[in-house]
Amino acid sequence: MTNQRPIREGLFTWPAERPQLLGSRCRACGEMAFPSQNDCRHCCGSDTEIVELGDRGTLWTWTIQSFMPKSPYHSDETPETFRPYGVGYIEMPGGLRVEARLKENKPEELAIGQAMSLSIEPFRRDEDGTEVLAFAFQRSEENA
Amino acid sequence: MDVAIIGIGLHRFGRTENMSGLQQGAAAVRSALKDAGIEWPQVQFAVGGSQDAGNADSLVNELGLTGIQFTNVWNGCATGGSALHSAYSAIKSGEYDLGVAVGFDKHPRGAFNPKPGDWGLDDWYGEVGLMLTTQFFAMKIQRYMHDYGISNDALIRVAEKAFHNGSLNPDAWRTTALSYEEIAASPMISEPLRKYMFCSPAEGGTALVLCRADRAHQYTRHPLFLKAAVVRTRYYGSFEVFSPAQAPAVNQSATVTASRDAFELAGIGPEDVQVAQLQDTESGAEIMHMAENGFCQHGEQEKLLREGATRIDGRLPVNTDGGCLANGEPVGASGLRQVYEICHQLRGSAGARQVPGKPSVGYTHVYGAPGVSGVNIITR
Ligand SMILES: [Zn+2]
Repeated sequence: MTNQRPIREGLFTWPAERPQLLGSRCRACGEMAFPSQNDCRHCCGSDTEIVELGDRGTLWTWTIQSFMPKSPYHSDETPETFRPYGVGYIEMPGGLRVEARLKENKPEELAIGQAMSLSIEPFRRDEDGTEVLAFAFQRSEENA
Repeated sequence: MDVAIIGIGLHRFGRTENMSGLQQGAAAVRSALKDAGIEWPQVQFAVGGSQDAGNADSLVNELGLTGIQFTNVWNGCATGGSALHSAYSAIKSGEYDLGVAVGFDKHPRGAFNPKPGDWGLDDWYGEVGLMLTTQFFAMKIQRYMHDYGISNDALIRVAEKAFHNGSLNPDAWRTTALSYEEIAASPMISEPLRKYMFCSPAEGGTALVLCRADRAHQYTRHPLFLKAAVVRTRYYGSFEVFSPAQAPAVNQSATVTASRDAFELAGIGPEDVQVAQLQDTESGAEIMHMAENGFCQHGEQEKLLREGATRIDGRLPVNTDGGCLANGEPVGASGLRQVYEICHQLRGSAGARQVPGKPSVGYTHVYGAPGVSGVNIITR
């Protein structure tokens, strides 16, 4: 079986039957952040806790990355195998808008207000063959 | 103490293969000194910056080692604005009588490639392909167009105006006008923004000589006055570049506060401005910045652009030198280029791109990563 690891610990629950995005919530003022942080940039306090942000949301804005980015982009693609990808902000329950890659990459597939769902999938491989998992969002029929 | 601008200098933006960025900065300073009719040893202090072309204080190796206070400034896209603000404050406080603000740069070709760590972000953010300013600009205007009923027509008209103005400016990088159809058919870079709607990193230098206003007439019969120089950063809840998430709260951009505070300092309002330079990293930015700086209501831009209100012969000419779109963006120099252009317009020396009616109040605005904005108000 192929080994897998998240691209960074703490971005989403893993392993999990139904992975959820992880963020932080300020115990003093209630504001949410993604990725999680120890300090609150809203009330300037330092009392935060890790919370699940959910796995469903709606598309708040979007674009399509049409050319292969330079460093620090780090995938296994070459300019020949590069496929354009969507990028968007997903409004999560509670109102936080999370930036993510989108599986759709054509303008006709994307619209502001579209229901979206979280997808955790292999993004590249480490030298030892371990699959590096990243999060993305895709269109969903189901609403948040 | 009021502050006057008595000398302006520019080294042409674009590509100058045989000169370093620093040398282009030095050329801009020499040109500004000549314009003010002074020599480098008369300069009491200097402030300058660049992103990719070295420490500004190394300019003394080119200009002369006179022992003056020379402060390096690095403040993202507001580097030029911050250098100018520092020089303005030093004179306004009475500490110095005469100084220079300078910005220059020389970037590698292609899009900027920022490092996540420099922006307080983890590596994954860059690795998965989210660390591109082009994506931010595209997503911000995409949402704005949705909220305020702006169409692609407005994006095309901004670029068409920029390249037309560039064709009237011998110092511009892009001096060929582009038709509406050419812009509309150019390759899509980041939906909804096309190739000719984006500016490119470039090279160039700009310098200004400032002095206390009551001495300005010793140097020139036509001094200009820097009535306000303001730099502000983002609030919690504003939508900014390089943000893995946006807060549930919605707040105004740094531009709104920089603009409001500059107008208050100058004691005038947007209706008094006769020529403006607004940050146009891409077409959408100019559209949003028209409203964020108080020159129109959100959503009004489509009509204003169709009527030609922001053309050189319009009610409020914007980016008369072709802006970032036609001049490129050498980050350190870009904000000072805006001031250089406004000075030409207020002096009546802008040649083929001169705004008619002898404008006497000008305005400049920069905005950039990571949510910083600088506004200057200049009068005759
Ligand atoms: Zn808080």
